[in-house]
Parts: sequence; C-alpha cells; structure tokens
Amino acid sequence: MFQSPAELKKLFEERAAAAGKAAEMEQLRIEFLGKKGYIAGLMQELRNVPNERKKEAGQRINEAKQFIERALAARVEELKKLEEQMLIDATESYDESMPTDDDLGSYHPITLVRREMENIFLSMGFAVEDYSEITDDYNCFEALNIPKHHPARDMQDTYYLSSGQLLKTHTSAAQNTILRKYKENLVNGQPIRAIFPGRCFRNEKIDACHENTFFQMEGIMVDRDISISNLIYFMKTMLSEVFQRDVTVRLRPGFFPFVEPGFELDIQCLICGGKGCPSCKDSGWLELCPCGMIHPNVLTAAGIDPEEYTGFAFGLGLTRLAMMRYGVKDIRVFNGGNLKALSQFTEKSFTRPDESKEA
Amino acid sequence: MFVSINWIKDYVDLSGLDIKKLINSFTLATAEVEEIYEKGADVQNVVVGEILSVEAHPNSQKLHLLKVDAGSKVCDIVCGAPNVRAGMKVALALAGGRVPAGEIKLATVAGFPSEGMCCSEKELGISDDHSGLMELETDAPNGTDLKAIFPIDDIVFEVDNKSLTNRPDLWGHYGIAREFAALTGRALKPLTLGDLSYDGDEQVAVSIGRPDLVYRYSCVKMDNITKHVSPLDMRIRLYYCGMRGINLLADVTNYIMLEIGQPTHAFNAAKIDCIGVDTPQAPMKFTTLDGVEREIDTDTLMIWNGDEPTAIAGIMGGLDSEIVEDTGAVVLESANFDGISVRKSSSRLGHRTDASARYEKMLDPTLTMEAVGRFVQLVKEIDPDARVASQVTDVVCKEYPPVSLSFDKAYVDRYTGIEISDERICKTLTALGFGVTYADGNFTVSVPSWRATKDVTIKADIIEEITRIYGYDNFKITTTRSPLKPVPNDYARLEDAEVQDLLVKKFALHEVHSYVWCDGRKFKKLGIPVEPNVTVLNIENSENGVLRNAMLPTLLSIAAENKDFADRYGLFEIGRVVEGTKPTGEANERKHLGIVLYDKSGDEKALYLRAVALVNALIGEIKQKPASYAKITPAHAWQHPKNTAEISVDGTAIGTLCALHPANAAKLDKIGRAVGVELDMDKFHAVNAAAIAFREPSTQQSTYSDLSLVLPEQTKFSDLAACWNSLGLAELESVRVIDTYEKLGVRSITVRLLFTAMDRTLEMEEVQGWIDRIIENLAKINVVLRA
Repeated sequence: MFQSPAELKKLFEERAAAAGKAAEMEQLRIEFLGKKGYIAGLMQELRNVPNERKKEAGQRINEAKQFIERALAARVEELKKLEEQMLIDATESYDESMPTDDDLGSYHPITLVRREMENIFLSMGFAVEDYSEITDDYNCFEALNIPKHHPARDMQDTYYLSSGQLLKTHTSAAQNTILRKYKENLVNGQPIRAIFPGRCFRNEKIDACHENTFFQMEGIMVDRDISISNLIYFMKTMLSEVFQRDVTVRLRPGFFPFVEPGFELDIQCLICGGKGCPSCKDSGWLELCPCGMIHPNVLTAAGIDPEEYTGFAFGLGLTRLAMMRYGVKDIRVFNGGNLKALSQFTEKSFTRPDESKEA
Repeated sequence: MFVSINWIKDYVDLSGLDIKKLINSFTLATAEVEEIYEKGADVQNVVVGEILSVEAHPNSQKLHLLKVDAGSKVCDIVCGAPNVRAGMKVALALAGGRVPAGEIKLATVAGFPSEGMCCSEKELGISDDHSGLMELETDAPNGTDLKAIFPIDDIVFEVDNKSLTNRPDLWGHYGIAREFAALTGRALKPLTLGDLSYDGDEQVAVSIGRPDLVYRYSCVKMDNITKHVSPLDMRIRLYYCGMRGINLLADVTNYIMLEIGQPTHAFNAAKIDCIGVDTPQAPMKFTTLDGVEREIDTDTLMIWNGDEPTAIAGIMGGLDSEIVEDTGAVVLESANFDGISVRKSSSRLGHRTDASARYEKMLDPTLTMEAVGRFVQLVKEIDPDARVASQVTDVVCKEYPPVSLSFDKAYVDRYTGIEISDERICKTLTALGFGVTYADGNFTVSVPSWRATKDVTIKADIIEEITRIYGYDNFKITTTRSPLKPVPNDYARLEDAEVQDLLVKKFALHEVHSYVWCDGRKFKKLGIPVEPNVTVLNIENSENGVLRNAMLPTLLSIAAENKDFADRYGLFEIGRVVEGTKPTGEANERKHLGIVLYDKSGDEKALYLRAVALVNALIGEIKQKPASYAKITPAHAWQHPKNTAEISVDGTAIGTLCALHPANAAKLDKIGRAVGVELDMDKFHAVNAAAIAFREPSTQQSTYSDLSLVLPEQTKFSDLAACWNSLGLAELESVRVIDTYEKLGVRSITVRLLFTAMDRTLEMEEVQGWIDRIIENLAKINVVLRA
C-alpha cells in the first residue's frame, strides 16, 4: 500500500506513542527505517515518479526519513527515562540508621593523652624518653637532693622490693639518667630538652581519688642561661597547647627538694574563667603542675656544672590530665580493666579543637 | 595552721592596707592560703549589760527573769543560764543584733517578754565554753559595744601545713609577720622579752644523756603564780587559731608556740627536782597527759625527773607532772630536739602533736631563749605577782653552722632572666632578716638563724627569696635562646605506637592497663600459680606482693572479668614484667606485649589461628619480615602442653603463643576459650626491619595451577611450602590456599600456585615441568595428589 511521506510521519507518530518499551522501538526502526522498511519502499517507488517531480518527492521522502529518525531517538530517550524512573521507584530506600556491625577497638585513655602530650613536646623540640618502672634509692631520691631522712623515703610512701630496689614513686627518678645521657650535647651547644612519661607507684589505699599505680610525665630543659623568666614563658606556651586555648597561669612558691626555686603552677579555672566555681573550689585557680629551676645539686649529681648551666623541670599528672580531659570521676577506671568503660576510648591520637567555642 | 591578722598587727602596722589583697600576695609569695574567715562578722549589737535583778520564773525550774541594764535602758530578759546573779556583768545581745546562731528578736519566752539574750562565750563564737554566761571583768559602762573592749573582730586565714614543711620559721605568727613586713615594706617590731634577772642560787639542773639528739635545752623556774585563768583576749586568739583555753600556764605555752613556733612545756615545779634528757635503757610504758599508756622503745628520747620519766621529748608531757589549776610554781622547758629523731619517734608512736610537727621542721635553736623570755613576759603581764625563781639553765649541745653566701649581680640576672635592681635585692633580703653587704656588684649574705637550719643553704635559695617577694606575676617573660634541633626518632616508641594502632584498628582489640604485681586471689580463680619472683616488701595485701613475670595471667584475669561485655573480644597491654633477677641481683625488668583473645563460642582453633594472623600482621607490617613458629614445652603450668609455640623472627625467639591448659581453660569458662600471645618488646625492637623490596609488576600473562593434596598426619603447611620454596623458582609469584577439607581423618588441601615471568608469557610445558618437580618433592614427605 502506498503511503505518502506525510502519512508515514503520522503513522510513525501513532506507533511510537503506542510503544511502551525502549526495546519495541527497535522493531519500529526496522519497520520504518530498515532496508525493507517503509522509507526504503518509498525510495523504491521514486523510480516511478516522473522526472520533473522526482526532486521534490525525493526531498519529501528524505524529510520524512529525518523526521522519523529524530522522533525515534527522542522516543527512545523518553522511554529509557521512564524505565529508569520505574527502576528508581521500585528500589528500596536504604535505612542508614540501622545499627552497623562494627568491630571497633579502643586505646587506653592514658595512651591517648600521652600521645597528645608527646606530639606537643616533639613539636617543641623535646625528645621523648623511656624509663624503667623499677629503680633504686639513688635515682629516685639521692640524685634528686632528697635527703636520707626525708619523709618521702618512708615505707608508707614507697614500695620497696626484695631485690633492694624500689618501684619509682615519681618520673623525676629518670632525671639523673637522662641528664647524664645528654650532658655531652651541652658542650656542643645543644640544649637538653626531654620529656619522660611513665608509670609511678605509691603505697596508698585505693579509692575513687587515689591509686597506687598512676602515670606522670616529667620534662626538663637545660642550657646556658635558662632563667625563671624562660620557665614561666615556656609553661604558659606549653599549657596553652595542651588545653588548646590561651591559659592564664600563676606561680606560687612550692617546695620540692630537686628544684630551687620550686613552684606550684596554677592555671586559671577553664570552666569559670577565674570567677570561682565548684571545680576550682571557688578559688578561680586549679593547681596543675609542680615545676622549678633544677636544683644545682641535681645537676651536679649528673655531672653538669651548675655554675655554667641552668635548667627547669616540670611534672604533669597524666592520669589526672586524662581524668580532666574525659571527665572520668573515679580513678579506678584506669587500672580496672572494665571493657565497658575502656572500650569507649576509640578516638584518634589527636583531638581537633572545637573552634566554635573559641571566642 | 590558722593565722590571726590581729596577732600579725602586734608586729607589723597594717593600717591603711587592703587585708584581702595582702593575703592574696601572701599566697603568691609565701604559701597558699586555703580559706579566709571573717571572725566577729556575725556578732552585732552585743553590749555590756549589768544584771540588776534575778527573779525565779513561775513555771520553770531553769529559767530566770532578769532586769539587765543595757546603758540606754533596762531590758527584760528571760534567761536559762545556771550562773545568773544580780550585779553580774554580762554580754547582752540586744534585739535586732546578731550572734553566730542567728538574729536576736524580741520574743516571748515561756510567757514572758524577752528583749535580748545574755550570752555564753560559745554563743559569741569566741570559745567552746557553754557552761554558763560569760562574766565580764570590765570597767566599761553598761551599753558599751562588746567589740570595743574585746578583740572579737578579726580576720583569720588558714594555710595548708604541707606548704610550710620547708619553712620552720613560718610555724608561728612572728615569722608570718616578717613575711608581711617584707611584702608591705613596713617595719617588723621586735618581740618583748621579760626580765630574767634572779638573785638567788637556785638553778634547775639539766643533764643531757643523748647530746646527739638535742640542740639546746633551756629552762627556768617561776613561782608565786596566783592567777589560773588566762585573759579573754588571749583565749580568743587561741580559739580563733584552733586551740582551746585550758588554764593560764597551758594557755601561755600554747600562745608562745603559736606566736614564735617554739613548743615549750610547763612542768609542775613541785614534781621536778632535776631534769635528765635521755633514751630509756629498756623498752617501757609511759602514760601521757591525754591519759593514754604508750609503748616507749630505746630510741625514743624522754625527759626524766631523776629516774622518773616525765615527758616524751618534743611530743607530749606525762600525766603525773601535768599543770593543774592550782599549780603555783612551774619549771618551763624550752628545748630544741633533733627533728628527725622526733619525727621517727612520733611515727613509731603513731602520735603527732602540734609540738612534734614543729620539731620535725628543724626549728631555730635560738628560739628556746626567746620562748623563755616571752614566757616570763606574758606570765608577769597577766599575773604581776609572779616571780622568776631560778637562774636560767641553757645547755647548748649542737649548733647549726652559720650560713653565708656570696654571689654577684650577674648571677641574679642570669637566673631570673629579668632585671631586679641592686637596691631592691638589698631591701628584700634585709626585710627578711638576711644580713647583706654589697660592693661592686658582689653580694655577701648571711642567713638568719631561723632560715639556716636546712632551708637556705645555697645561693639559688637566695634567688627564691628575691623573686618571690618581687612577685612572679611581675615577671617579664621571654622565650629561651636555645637553638632548636630536630629530635632524633625513637624507634621503640614509634613501634609501640604502631603495635597499638594495628591491634586497635585492624584487629579491634581493647587496650588495658593492669598492675605490675600478681593478684593472688584472681590468679587462684583461674588456677594459675603465683610463680616465685622479686616481691614488693611492704604491700598491704601480701597476696599481691609478687611481681608478675608474664603479662598473660593478669590479662587473662581481666578477660575473665569481662564476659558480659561481648561474645568475643580481645585485649592487650604493653607493660613491664620482671623475669627474675640479673647476676647483679637487680630485677630483670622487661617490656612485654600481652594479648588475650576470648571467644564465648569456644572455637579454640579459630582463636589460635586468629592469633597467628595477628602476630603475622604485627611482624609483617612493622618488620617487613615473616614470623616463624615452633612448638615448645610450656614454660608455665597454665599453658597448653601441645599448643604452645615460640614465635621467632630471623631465627631469634621474641615471644610465645599459647592456648590454655585444659584445667585452666575450664576455670576460665565452661565453653568459652581464650588464647594468648606474649612478645618481649625489647627483643621485638632489636629486630631490624627489612626495607620494602619493590618488584616491578610483570606485564606478562600469569599462569596458575591448582594442586589438591592429601596430607599425612603431623604434616604442616610449612612442610609443603618447603617443597616449592626449596626450588628457588623466580617465576613462582604466589601460593594461596583455596580450600581445606577434612573428613574421616583425611586432611586435604588445595593450593593455587601462580607463575609469572617478567619477560615472556609462560608456556604450559615449562610450568608443568616445575609442577612435576614440586610433586616429586611432596612425594618425599608422603604428600600425594588427591585421587
């Protein structure tokens, strides 16, 4: 049956509209545009068209062909979209609030605080030193200018061992060893800068606030002309790093045999800003760390001439810092081994400060 | 210790100064003030009243109806005190006024109006005496405000005794007054000492048997003491400073102790003939004046009257020579005993007193005579009839050497890092009692006796004196000029951190900390014996005294205590153990890593193999080397006899992997099982890490061949691996286990061998040649292809 190009266009439009799937369109393409399709048929019949109308008829056929091609492509595209939409509609909306089966490990909170401290001090040029848990009377007391009859040496404070040694009562016990290790550097114009975190032991009854096994971190810096002014500057800078904000410090005289002068360093309460609140017992200040200029006898005991070199030392209670940082109220959590408590410390080894809180 | 500002004002003029600010600067320069109390703030409108008449209350045995002259008017008062009488002068709190218990209001008491309250000392907060109304001895007219005649208003502050341990001079008000003088730049007034002159021959004989334990012993006798109650202002000070009024002589000795820090003891002169100071020949019993019988050993210094013990030197007097109300003659002991001896004695006795606490601090021996002078002065002020009744005895056994220190200005500048003027240095040190000579930039400082017993011994101590008074808040702060050098890497620390990271992040283990000693009780629950080792001598619970020689027992205890945490979990600790002693006798402390894996389902084999995977990962990641395992006879009874293996890298043993002995496993859990890994981290750190050996990936096609093998019993995978590894084929890229199968005692395994050459695609014949050789090797250990 002969169909004019115009009829063909109309027919295609009807058929394309009736097609429901992209795959059916391939049938239509063959039917209309294939080698034996309608357009090809019209081209065949062009032979019978008189010459003077051939050109015009040819143009009309061509036009119809192009029209069908475009309409076909458009309809294919349209149907694909529809099919995709059907797939989308049929897809389940996944529930990301379902509990995940995650298996997370955890760090001991002391590890987290310790790493944080170590990173701060490494960035300030301090070496991180390790020291044993067992030491002796010389390192723990004598080399630190703690006299023979000082109460700190009494049995009630120190755990003495059958080997004639003792469990270190403070990280200061490492001072002599570390000063000796680096004293040659001083001669070469290199200052001694070191921290030494470690576990300490005191003969105490355990309760929510007291432990017989706890962590401290000691730091020392020795060079020519290290002054009290440098000590205060350093402590302020260091503590601002530790607390991730500008802290106000004050120094009070404090007595420790291994420093002279010795200080108790207070920071202005971070909770009330110095106005007074329960956590600073209304004083506006928190006693944070003992520090001081290293006692000349301590330097001498390590073979360093105190006339030529001076230095400062400070101590930080890592266990106490961890309690402050994580709001741990009962110190027994640290050595208690309760995984329900300890498994909560999953965070990374650094904490990004909450910038929104900084004014 | 409590400090009364009124008392300080006896010695420093504080007029016109802000007392609160001053106390704050004391905190910053001297010692921390913990609390400030405004005494008398809650006593208002209390006046001198005179009881004009006393009538019995019609309905009460106890109550009386009083008319009290309050100066401007006569008040009706209902009063329940037992000691009311007409003509008595009393403290009358008027309606609208205050006492510590609260506001005074017009009231009707048992049917009668009362316009105020007559007060006891306790009701005024000036003593704990509540036996009756306070009777005023005053000429002041009725209606005079009580505060105008008695020092009820005071500011008292409390200093933590711990912060005064190194400052023997601050254990009395006079030393604290010296600090205030230095802080304010005002003068410190001298102590008023009494006249000790005496014409007679009498002298108290003193013999010191242990001159090594005594610095100085001073004493004097006074008699004709007729008064027995100390004046109210003295009692108020004592009370505000935490002591109770007892009787005149006891109060005066306490007052002197609080004033200059020197403990003294007043013996009843009737009971003292001659004084001996010595330790006993044999242990004995002695009853102190608090009525407690105490055991005295031969190291405890005692005061004797002839052969009779009368006091524990520096700690407490005896009951027998106690001062009682009617004591009219006393021998005053003012001594300086060796501080260490007093501390040890008081620690042995388990009894610390205000006196012993002061002696422990190493008091200035010159104080003994100042205390004698103050005693005579105060007693005579209160009781003008009292007399010095002997020559002073003053025995000096030991002396602290005088301390003199020299330094130059440059030293001060270097140590402080700031500029403090010469004048300021001289002024500060002088105010604190140091003798200073200064010429051409050089200082020579003589340390006053009250700072020279142990406190100030080197020039750095002088720096502290200068800077604390200068004020640390006033310091200009600067950074050091030290060069910044890169910090060398500490691989042990980095490896520990990497181990922690791998275990937490890759294997989801939990890090714990446990004690360095064995908990005998917990070990027992798991049937783990506490093995002999170095012990803590003085630990409270002797079951915990032995130091651990391995991490696993303590970690197994923790694992056993966490069964309600999850169905399976693992925990680890990097900590210290002690492996016996070294040849020197010192403890052999080692750093160990302990790991325990627990699974409630009880699949021990899976746990064990997971532990292997974990160890392989640690050693593989950190050392870039393979771990090897060899079964060993367990070193500990709780390890599994068959499944305990030594872990080695590079042929060096670095640790152990083990399941638990069935006996211990059963105690841990009925079904659940645990396995443990223990690595010696010191040995681990000593293993050199291999560098990453990079191989260019081949662009050629790989060929693989799967072999299904039947294994005889006891054949291990490592035996199979030897069969192809021994051929040293460069083209064998990897071997993977793709299947294992076990049925009816027949164990089979399928491995996939992957071959790749760098330069060519491998021909089947070439690969088959290698496979044949491998099969040949396998046949030698009786491993055959599965039919």
